[in-house]
Amino acid sequence: MKQRVQPRTLIVCLSLLCLLAVWLSLALGPVSLPLFDTLRAGLRLLGLPVAGDDLQQAEMILGQIRLPRTLLGLAVGAVLALSGVAMQGLFRNPLADPGLVGVAAGAAMGAAVAIVGGSWFGGMPDVLAPYLLSLCAFIGGLGVTALVYRLGRRDGQTNVATMLLAGVAMTALGGAAVGLFSYLADDATLRTLTFWNLGSLNGASYERLWPLLMVAGGVALWLPRRARALNALLLGESEARHLGIEVERLKRELVFCTALGVGAAVAAAGLIGFIGLVVPHLVRLLAGPDHRVVLPASLLAGGVLMLFADLVARLVLAPAELPIGIVTALIGAPFFLVLLIRGRS
Amino acid sequence: MLQVEGLHLRRGSNEVLHDIHLQLTPGQVVGVLGPNGAGKSSLLGVLCGELAPGQGRVTLQGRPLTDWAGQARAQRLAVLPQVSSLGFSFRVEEVVAMGRMPHGSGQLRDAEIVEAALRAADAWHLLGRSYLALSGGERQRVHLARVLAQLWPGEQGTTLLLDEPTSMLDPLHQHTTLQAVRRFADRGAAVLVILHDLNLAARYCDRILLLEQGRCHALASPQEVLTPGALKAVFGIDVLVQAHPERGHPLIITR
Repeated sequence: MKQRVQPRTLIVCLSLLCLLAVWLSLALGPVSLPLFDTLRAGLRLLGLPVAGDDLQQAEMILGQIRLPRTLLGLAVGAVLALSGVAMQGLFRNPLADPGLVGVAAGAAMGAAVAIVGGSWFGGMPDVLAPYLLSLCAFIGGLGVTALVYRLGRRDGQTNVATMLLAGVAMTALGGAAVGLFSYLADDATLRTLTFWNLGSLNGASYERLWPLLMVAGGVALWLPRRARALNALLLGESEARHLGIEVERLKRELVFCTALGVGAAVAAAGLIGFIGLVVPHLVRLLAGPDHRVVLPASLLAGGVLMLFADLVARLVLAPAELPIGIVTALIGAPFFLVLLIRGRS
Repeated sequence: MLQVEGLHLRRGSNEVLHDIHLQLTPGQVVGVLGPNGAGKSSLLGVLCGELAPGQGRVTLQGRPLTDWAGQARAQRLAVLPQVSSLGFSFRVEEVVAMGRMPHGSGQLRDAEIVEAALRAADAWHLLGRSYLALSGGERQRVHLARVLAQLWPGEQGTTLLLDEPTSMLDPLHQHTTLQAVRRFADRGAAVLVILHDLNLAARYCDRILLLEQGRCHALASPQEVLTPGALKAVFGIDVLVQAHPERGHPLIITR
């Protein structure tokens, strides 16, 4: 069989890549800073005594714009990748995606309500607007997922196949709702809605960052505790039960973590596809399917991929910016096809 | 030790099990025989807690099965289902090591047990292979090794339930598998195994439960159960039964 990468080697390499990605993400952009200056300014921001009175502009760009954006990218990528692992474990299918349980569709629906509905009331106050959008997206994602989970339950058991189909139906319904709101919207609102649906890390601020960081931290701490149970779940639900796993509780936790994680990520950065699908897949290809490795490695790899995608998004058309959802889909979809074709041969 | 008393089970409007009494005792292999749809897998489902009986109770070591916490139960009761749908490329030894999950016996001891269980299931040569690259029969043996590892070494107080463990195996491995199960019982485990091959059942089982449309047609030693009359009544086949020339157990020959 194919040689696997040692777990420790993989984690170390991904950590180094992650540091590199953070460094580049802080340095590059419409105003590119010299790499060494970025490092010095970054260290100064951390409160380390580094000489550099010439760095005030760099410090401001870093502190106000690039650092929140970088943190947002890391958190969104990590949480999407972890949710992907959770869903692929829940559905026992390596091609499952966090969107399957309807969380993305629900969030899109919530955002459409906020954007279009807000415009009908003569536009929201500028202070409130970003919060309302995020909140509506988060509530929409959580609500639809709760509904899908409820539809999949019968006699105290959760049937994941029913959940999957309910998720498909709710996604279609969500698409219709977003379509309806787009039809009713005026041109300017339509543009906002469209761009939101394509996802972006643009305009990251600490206020939008904190809720996501808390959710991402919670998910990142919780899921690895369930790594062995997730391994057992891959054998089958009754097999996992016979190994002593409380399967119903595990499934509930997986759905909840995904709804919370993807809901918060979508609320903060819009719809960004393929990270949750491709990252866990890639990690398994390198290091095997053991969740004790897959979870931490996906967390790191998700963050790295997100930051590199964001670099592409802001550099190719600089000073204009490409929506990051387009970049991740452009990288992700061909990659996915390659996996499919290689898996078949 | 696993016990059922007065068991009834309905699925929809059909009664699939009717008044079953069965005790799995340490050191014994009980074979379950019966035509398709006789209720063999339903019985196994009730015995392992997957199906809730309409009437009757299932007890594990004197305590109702439903009262056991998942982990404590998994240390005493292991189940091998008919088919498994693992779609991820775990290595053979990783699949078997999952059997050790209910125990906190440490990596070293677990590695020893995984090796012993793989050897017992004659699957040691598959070490390092990806589960997905194995044939159906090899996968079945890997899962057998997994449930053996879960109860290893098969002391008194452990119960093993097997649903057609030989269905995909070649003749040699049908015997090695049942020999491994037999050795497990000889160390004190209580075993229930669903089989279709009458001669395998005659050779390896201490008692045989013959099911007919959810009812117990007979529950006794192979010599008493495997008679031409009973097999004609339950399976509708005409057979000759002779003593095995070397071993003495019943040998069933279709006419």
